[in-house]
Amino acid sequence: MSKTHVTTSINASLHEFLCEPGDTLLDVLRNELQLTGTKEGCGTGDCGACSVTLNGRLVCACLVLAVEVEGMEVGTIEGIGQSDSLDVIQEKFLEHAALQCGICTPGLIVSTKALLDENPDPTEAEARYYLAGNLCRCTGYDKIIRAVMDAAATLGGAKEGV
Amino acid sequence: MVSIVYAAPTSIQDAVELLADNAMPANVLAGGTDLLIQTRAQAGSAESRLFVDVKKIKGMSSANMTPQGLELGPSISCAEFTARDDIRALYPGLVEAAGLIGSTQIQGRASLGGNLCNSSPAADTIPALIVNSAQCVIVGTQGERRVTVEDFVTGVGSNCMHQGELLKLIFVPTPVARTSDAYLRFIPRSEMDIAVVGAGVSVTLDASGSCQAARVSIGAVAPRALLVPEAAAALIGTSLDAAALTAAASAASAAAKPISDKRGTAEYRQHVVGVLVKRATLIAADRVKP
Amino acid sequence: MSEAREFKHIGQRTIRPDGYDKVTGRANFGADLSLPGMIWGKIHRSPHAHAKILSIDTSKAEAHPDVLAVVTASDFPAIQSETIAVGEGSEDLFDLTRNLLAADKVLYHGHAVAALAARSERAAAEALSLIEVQYEVLPPVLDLRAAMADDAPVLHQDMFTEGYDKKPEKPSNVATRLEAKIGDIEAGFAAADVIVEREFYTPTAHQGYIEPHACTVRYDENGQSMIWCSTQGHFDVRARTAKILDMDQTSLKVIASEIGGGFGGKTTVYLEPVALLLSKKSGCPVKMVMQRTEVFIATGPTSAAKLWVKVGAKKDGKITAMQGRLAYEAGAFKGSPMMPGVMTMFAPYDVANVCVEGFDVVVNKPKVAAYRAPGAPQAEFAAEMLVSELADQLAMDPLELRLKNAAREGTQTLYGPKLKSVGLVACLEAVKNSPHYQAPLGTPQSGKVRGRALASGFWFNMGGQSSVVINMNPDGTGTIVEGSPDIGGSRASMQMMAAEAMELPISRLKPIIADTDNVPFSATTGGSRTTYATGMAVVEAAQKVVQQLKERAAALWNLTPEQVEYADGVVHAKQGDDQLSVREICQAAEKTGGQISGQANINARGAGPGFAVHVCDLEVDTDTGKVDVIRYTASQDAGKAIHPGYVEGQLQGGAVQGIGWALNEEYIFDDQGVMENSGFLDYRIPLASDLPMIDTLVVEVPNTFHPYGVRGVGETSIIPPLAAVGYAVSKAIGAPITTLPCSPPRVLKLIQDKA
Repeated sequence: MSKTHVTTSINASLHEFLCEPGDTLLDVLRNELQLTGTKEGCGTGDCGACSVTLNGRLVCACLVLAVEVEGMEVGTIEGIGQSDSLDVIQEKFLEHAALQCGICTPGLIVSTKALLDENPDPTEAEARYYLAGNLCRCTGYDKIIRAVMDAAATLGGAKEGV
Repeated sequence: MVSIVYAAPTSIQDAVELLADNAMPANVLAGGTDLLIQTRAQAGSAESRLFVDVKKIKGMSSANMTPQGLELGPSISCAEFTARDDIRALYPGLVEAAGLIGSTQIQGRASLGGNLCNSSPAADTIPALIVNSAQCVIVGTQGERRVTVEDFVTGVGSNCMHQGELLKLIFVPTPVARTSDAYLRFIPRSEMDIAVVGAGVSVTLDASGSCQAARVSIGAVAPRALLVPEAAAALIGTSLDAAALTAAASAASAAAKPISDKRGTAEYRQHVVGVLVKRATLIAADRVKP
Repeated sequence: MSEAREFKHIGQRTIRPDGYDKVTGRANFGADLSLPGMIWGKIHRSPHAHAKILSIDTSKAEAHPDVLAVVTASDFPAIQSETIAVGEGSEDLFDLTRNLLAADKVLYHGHAVAALAARSERAAAEALSLIEVQYEVLPPVLDLRAAMADDAPVLHQDMFTEGYDKKPEKPSNVATRLEAKIGDIEAGFAAADVIVEREFYTPTAHQGYIEPHACTVRYDENGQSMIWCSTQGHFDVRARTAKILDMDQTSLKVIASEIGGGFGGKTTVYLEPVALLLSKKSGCPVKMVMQRTEVFIATGPTSAAKLWVKVGAKKDGKITAMQGRLAYEAGAFKGSPMMPGVMTMFAPYDVANVCVEGFDVVVNKPKVAAYRAPGAPQAEFAAEMLVSELADQLAMDPLELRLKNAAREGTQTLYGPKLKSVGLVACLEAVKNSPHYQAPLGTPQSGKVRGRALASGFWFNMGGQSSVVINMNPDGTGTIVEGSPDIGGSRASMQMMAAEAMELPISRLKPIIADTDNVPFSATTGGSRTTYATGMAVVEAAQKVVQQLKERAAALWNLTPEQVEYADGVVHAKQGDDQLSVREICQAAEKTGGQISGQANINARGAGPGFAVHVCDLEVDTDTGKVDVIRYTASQDAGKAIHPGYVEGQLQGGAVQGIGWALNEEYIFDDQGVMENSGFLDYRIPLASDLPMIDTLVVEVPNTFHPYGVRGVGETSIIPPLAAVGYAVSKAIGAPITTLPCSPPRVLKLIQDKA
């Protein structure tokens, strides 16, 4: 089977790759581009471990064909936070002990960023529903929600200061 | 594993020609949230399959409000659809239904047309489209035809489209004055599940609150979503009092032909469909603007 | 340990040392390693729950251009039956090999029959269908009733029930029968004024870790084979794989990747020996990653159980007798956690007359594996449901009834010892005084009803072997080398305990999880043992480092170690002004005898038992049977919470897993034993939107065996929710819950039957 050439922007830098038409974006991110921060928990869109953004919209990378992202903008966990400083969301996850094993953490952080980009001041219920597609089996979500709400408050505070 | 051939036409005509070609079985790819899972489940199969990605066709992912009604590009994502305040104002129940499909991530991809064409008995948007008298505009090599949504789906996972046809547009007429709708589904958790039961209701009330017109549609209780005129009849001419609601609920339960499966028993579905019809009716009535 | 101690690091909410990697996606989990030339392995699984294998034809798969190796059970060296420890239980090595790849029979839907490796994941998946297996399908045995029936089809012709005085004449699906008792059960019931009795049922439930099993392996005929995998115990992976493949342990290095959840389910092997065989045959490194469906159908869930229980008490609430009879499904091979079920069932109670009988039963379902306090949630669910019912019958507050009968220091346990100082009474008191328990339940909207219930939980906790080496670097920093995979933040507690013992800032100490070649043996992360046992080893190793620091400084000053003292990272001469920092001593180590390093290889005893008490408020929709938990509080004795945030996290996570088990989680099989809900869509674990905040009350009754008072906290928290939720539903709807989960159709039926 001949491979398809795809050009796309990943975390704001230009990438080119070859893929088979049946390969998912998740396959390509993990196996071709070695961007293994995006995790696979189910392969069927039920767990959110592979959450990425596509043109700014939150999606499961396991349910996107790699060929579809031609000319689009992909955002992954590797694009969140600078090399010398973490994003506020990442800091809050650490401060609140909002991760135990850590496998769901990249997906949750990508989703939280999408949430706060769309809705900078969510209620607890809004945060819980927005993140319902990100399964965590370790924490019972309590500390995750606290981290999300604290990140929102911190970012909101920063905005008011501008 | 199924081997995929991918095509992304930029015109309806090219898409129809691709779909009509007999070289290999073809599927329309919109959001892909059902199609990719179904394809993945056939890991042992070595067949070739053409995926026709329709999202690059102009108009296929847009939604235009016209005086006659809503012209809905079938591959519009649920996320984009539910973000439209103008649509929510006229069809709150339909927006609710679209907003219930899967997680935020799924919403980012899943489309209304995909939900319709996947033709699951449990599809959330189908009862909501039916109560809004929505129509499907289908295009093929022979030209266009229109089919109501209640006639579009023919059974579990099957619909009236033939090979080479494409769902081009979903048209949702503008509701008459003092009309509103609601959609409810029952799931065991608060999110993420497939509907165990779904119910859509649209009501038109006069100034005194008397029901002038109604449509009731139920999902996940038969091989396809059903329009239940008996339930609507129980509501029309009443003030939606307790007796009318109970009669509508009984009519819905009677029309339901559910099965028992991993998501619920037939007995359970038969009962809950009535409960949801009652509740959705009250919500829709409450939404009617004075 | 009785006096309160001042700690500098312990009890702080530090940032975990592996945190940066985990929030940036840099941490490497089981599926994240790729090697040059690597190929992909996949498993061909049985479509039948019970069948004889007549033949396996792999020739077509072998002929596939991209397939480089195919293996079946016949590729394993012959192996004898031998019992080996696994996490908190044990398993038979022969059964383990049969579970890895079926030989004569398949015993559950999804049972591995053959494996292959191909150049791509896609080619491997495609080639699986080329493996042709002929079966003679047998009737499946799908539940306890069917398995224990006189005329039941027998899974294993060589299995005769153990635990009776005489060996039975016929083979049976009952592997073991066990009875444990104290006192005189008949006399106990004779003395009772009130007796309650009921039978309960809990379903097969899965650990539900988000990371599927995964490994990347490389076989090397010169004795340098390597396994990288997601496991709770890499030494156990080495021991099992080496034994199964007849290798020396020195020729196999196992590297524990970061682990994406386990909860007991990653304490055995499913892929690793098979992957190594594929690597040996193909000459290439092999990667294997399970699909989610495979995780559900072919890795260990926990037992479905049938639980009969009877309790008698005086009018004043003093319990006089507690009796249980438990049957646990083991899945395809013997070895359910029936025994810990028997031993924990009534452990929260100080009762003179106790008798519990248990049965370990094989059925045509996947072989069970450890799941958080294995065996205890089922048995204690039944006991706690009935104790709550007893409280209602006696018109007593359920908390007061539990206080009156609470296990405490000196209580004779069913499993042997008398309890030392434990925290059950303290947990009960904490709940009693909590804002939650003090608050009224409140009035629901019309169409809804509310219920509140509480339940206790007990788990033994484990100690066992742990090894730690602390190497001091020339710049005065220290590397803590441990062998316990970090499943929930244990690196943070190791770092904090070392910092406390060495009086150094945590930033100067870095914990690492070393592979099997680079740290002495450490038992599996399980049994809530890591912060306890590995923590003890850390403290001992740290103390040795401090002693060496004093010796080295003394040597530089020509003093004896007794003439110096150590505080806050500095050695002082007791006489005069001489002082040297840790950094200076480490810099000079070359001159004073070389590397400064402390090592502790211990076998920790005295893990303090863990008690918990949870209280749950919930609301039931009487038209649909849907249950919503609206308020939840978990209290537990941590001994000493090293990192309170991660201790609270264990309480919250366990509580929510238990809530899931109580409300929606269950394996659903068709009548041929095929699991119908083998994905996260229909195996419904709790979501963020399903839950309220989980309040915690961490009680600290120090465990005298640990230098800082630690008790394990990982497991007990999953035990109370089953009955706290179950009985709250009973209270809300006014009908007894006997079967979990409390799924909407089941709850609605109870409501309708009552009306």
